[in-house]
Amino acid sequence: MAAPMLRGCCLGRHWALACIDGGSRHGRGAATGFTSSGKRGQSFVAQQPHITAQKSRKGEHKWEAVVGLEIHAQIASNSKLFSGSQVHFAAPPNSLVSFFDASLPGTLPVLNRRCVEAAVMTGLALNCHINKKSLFDRKHYFYADLPAGYQITQQRLPIAVNGSLAYSVCVGKRWRQVITKTVRIKQIQLEQDSGKSLHDELRSQTLIDLNRAEGQLRVDANISVHHPGEPLGVRTEVKNLNSARFLARAIDYEIQRQINELENGCEILNETRSFDYKLGCTVPMRDKEGKQDYRFMPEPNLPPLLLYDTASLPAGADPQQVINIDQIREQLPELPSETREKLIQQYGMLPEHSFALLNEVGLLEFFQNVIKETRAEPKKVTSWVLNIFLGFLKQQNLAVNESPVTPSALAELLNLLDRKVISSSAAKQVFEELWRGKGKTPSQIVSERKLELMQDAEALERVCHAVMEGHPQVVMDMKRGNPRAINKLIGLVRKATHSRADPTVIKEILEKQLSS
Amino acid sequence: MLGRTLREVSAALKQGQITPIELCQKCLSLIKKTKFLNAYITVSEEVALKQAEESEKRYKKGHSLGDLDGIPIAVKDNFSTSGIETTCASNMLKGYVPPYNATVVQRLLDQGAVLMGKTNLDEFAMGSGSTDGAFGPVKNPWSYSKQYREKRKQKPHGEKEDSNWLITGGSSGGSAAAVSAFTCFAALGSDTGGSTRNPAAHCGIVGFKPSYGLVSRHGLIPLVNSMDVPGILTRCVDDAAIVLGMLAGHDPKDSTTIQDPGKPFMLSSLTDVSKLCIGIPKEYLVPELSSEVRSFWSKAANLFESEGAKVIEVSLPHTSHSIVCYHVLCTSEVASNMARFDGLEYGHRCDIDVSTEAMYAATRREGFNDVVRGRILAGNFFLLKENYANYFAKAQKVRRLIANDFVNVFNSGVDVLLTPTTLSEAVPYPEFIKEDNRTRSAQDDIFTQAVNMAGLPAVSVPVALSNQGLPVGLQFIGRAFCDQQLLTVAKWFEKQVQFPVIQLQELMDDCSSVFEIEKLASVSLQQ
Repeated sequence: MAAPMLRGCCLGRHWALACIDGGSRHGRGAATGFTSSGKRGQSFVAQQPHITAQKSRKGEHKWEAVVGLEIHAQIASNSKLFSGSQVHFAAPPNSLVSFFDASLPGTLPVLNRRCVEAAVMTGLALNCHINKKSLFDRKHYFYADLPAGYQITQQRLPIAVNGSLAYSVCVGKRWRQVITKTVRIKQIQLEQDSGKSLHDELRSQTLIDLNRAEGQLRVDANISVHHPGEPLGVRTEVKNLNSARFLARAIDYEIQRQINELENGCEILNETRSFDYKLGCTVPMRDKEGKQDYRFMPEPNLPPLLLYDTASLPAGADPQQVINIDQIREQLPELPSETREKLIQQYGMLPEHSFALLNEVGLLEFFQNVIKETRAEPKKVTSWVLNIFLGFLKQQNLAVNESPVTPSALAELLNLLDRKVISSSAAKQVFEELWRGKGKTPSQIVSERKLELMQDAEALERVCHAVMEGHPQVVMDMKRGNPRAINKLIGLVRKATHSRADPTVIKEILEKQLSS
Repeated sequence: MLGRTLREVSAALKQGQITPIELCQKCLSLIKKTKFLNAYITVSEEVALKQAEESEKRYKKGHSLGDLDGIPIAVKDNFSTSGIETTCASNMLKGYVPPYNATVVQRLLDQGAVLMGKTNLDEFAMGSGSTDGAFGPVKNPWSYSKQYREKRKQKPHGEKEDSNWLITGGSSGGSAAAVSAFTCFAALGSDTGGSTRNPAAHCGIVGFKPSYGLVSRHGLIPLVNSMDVPGILTRCVDDAAIVLGMLAGHDPKDSTTIQDPGKPFMLSSLTDVSKLCIGIPKEYLVPELSSEVRSFWSKAANLFESEGAKVIEVSLPHTSHSIVCYHVLCTSEVASNMARFDGLEYGHRCDIDVSTEAMYAATRREGFNDVVRGRILAGNFFLLKENYANYFAKAQKVRRLIANDFVNVFNSGVDVLLTPTTLSEAVPYPEFIKEDNRTRSAQDDIFTQAVNMAGLPAVSVPVALSNQGLPVGLQFIGRAFCDQQLLTVAKWFEKQVQFPVIQLQELMDDCSSVFEIEKLASVSLQQ
């Protein structure tokens, strides 16, 4: 997107910060743990505050946990939040650093319009109230990767507040039961990212990378436990969780740890902890300074950020200088919950399948393109896309747009299957061949490798007859009433036909020949 | 030639009476001869000569860039200059060479101005004397003027001549001294609480603080971001207007600059002041005001009145809270702005490497002087969670009241306010340092600093010499973004008062022996 800037030129990079406040809710029964697994790719659900409760082993007291998440998400923009330097993942260290990024004296922040638009759109998607006036603040602390000695953020009056996100969680046996929950969003704020420190313990050195493109998502979880009806407990903060799975494990661990501490008569300290993903536990961070006072102060170099809607837009305003909330609302794409609901309604899809389709970038579009071109049942298409296609992608660690198999090719393959031209096991062979990417169509592969089902009934009858002749013992078993014997015969016939015969047809012929 | 104004020398360049290289060399030579003033921290001789050569080529081709082409200028050493050391008169930034030009510097260079060097100041512009910098104090050229010395001869005095020189005021004292001693035709200062106007008044030149947001701060190493404004020091009001015309306007690198496109500032010559309403704020009549300055102030008011202007007493009721309020806001921003000087990316770094924290502490202890460290400490105290509401938030409210005082006065029909710039004329160094920096700053900023709280334009114009033969300046304060109107009134006033030119020549010859500087035999200001 060409990014005309608010109040001037340069662009900037940015972290949108969403504070999700789980609030206090009552859970019952044993901690169920996280309800989605990384394998199934539902990292979406990982952003929920997870509330759990557990019966005390000693007394009858129940425990209730409160979880609040601070989610740092990098905005997809070409340049940084307050400077014109580019944003690239995995760029060489310190190669994308402007004078402002290095905090050279006299440099000033200039807000990136694209980041503001992204923050507004995020706010709208999360049902937030968009503040037409928001402010920037300085948060001070000394750290080697924070060259200015402060971070520009939105503490007092953030760009969006009071939102909510409804989401579905799959629970129960095999995650077949779907329940809907709502999480409250406290605020969304634009925040400058700090740099990255690389500690070299061996040489007692710290290396600093001011590119600051660390990860796309980072979550800090605040966790406390208390007895229902009593005041909230002392919270701990588990910092820098960078995957949904670790977030879930860290929260579960921390809840259990706090309960254990309290039941053993210990106290919970208000401290920051980190998650050791190898040991699966949280450990206190070495924070020598103790309680930080960030000495917040208004950022004097950025005027208040003013947003407009169509009603409040000043007449004759330069569109390059103003941001219209209503315009952004119109650009809002269909949100995932809506899309999932449509998939369930339109194709009779299982809810967990609708999640899977949306959690992989480009997968939904791929699915829809296949649907357009095939006569196969949607359920069949879903099963092929999620089990076989996605399986192959994952196995080779490819993105959907890197797939060697096009939606058209898969659609054609599913048509052949649907018309019973090939068997499903043959279809898998064709798919494997397509994946190798030799540029052949499914039909070409089927005819080259002679994978068509045998359509010649007489020929098949001859094969069946020959097989029965060759295995009198099995035929005897069958006649004695062993139901499994027929399967053996079917298998032998399929083998003899190189899997080109339809098992149901074989069965019919065998039964006919036996009864005759 | 050096004694001329910017406009006059610009005409001389255009007419070929002098070439940019000749002019540059004359200034360089005078800079060397007046080295004892300590006006410059860095003299950028090579760069200046190269720029002068370029300018000369343009004049020869008839492609002059305009009024500033070939004009020697100086820049306060808290503006970033690409390739030229920028120290803020602090050990912290000794040896720091910025990789970019401040927008105001770039704009002057784009107009063909010739940069003579970087001028001295109080460390990080914290002070009102230009006495508290890592490179020593700036001496007021008037200390060596014929006017001052003749008056002093009449009085018996026992002190040694050389220890009794006068301060320039500050913090832009180096810039003021540079312009006053004819080593350049205009200089950039910065003005946060009066740092341009105060030394201008003490050095007998024009010191102009533009409206906040009119001139870019990009590249100005900040003192208080919400009050800092690049200032302009020149020998007359017209010259200040020429420079302002080059600097004013939106800068995409400074989000606090106004969006309106800059327009040239051409001052008309006011002939009739009868439609003007001049306000005299009664709160500015403080007991500490010297009777002489007070009398010049009142004469000036009478002058306007006698020429038909309406002169009325007005009230700025919250003035007395201004200094305390400024102290809280200034130190808080200082604490924040100085946080970046940690020894990691640039500037001084101590030898201690036991831990990052120990390195920070020692670097900052070694790099900053007591004044800076004191303000950082105070500012961090005001910003503590438990103090924020009681100090910072309250000071912001008071600041709004002070700004509203001005709005109310201007809404009542007043066009321009007339006030003193300083309590008295410049004082000798020994007297100045009797009080600490904080006390002096609080006293000296009394008339100038409320203007910064309100973001208004203000200009100090030299009015006359005191009994001691030292310059006294008066201040005009205008409506926000009515800088042109303000300067037009100042220009009229300047014409009426006919402030005398500083007479330096023979005295600088004397000084050469007193201060053991190189011989000044060839100094000739009256060419």
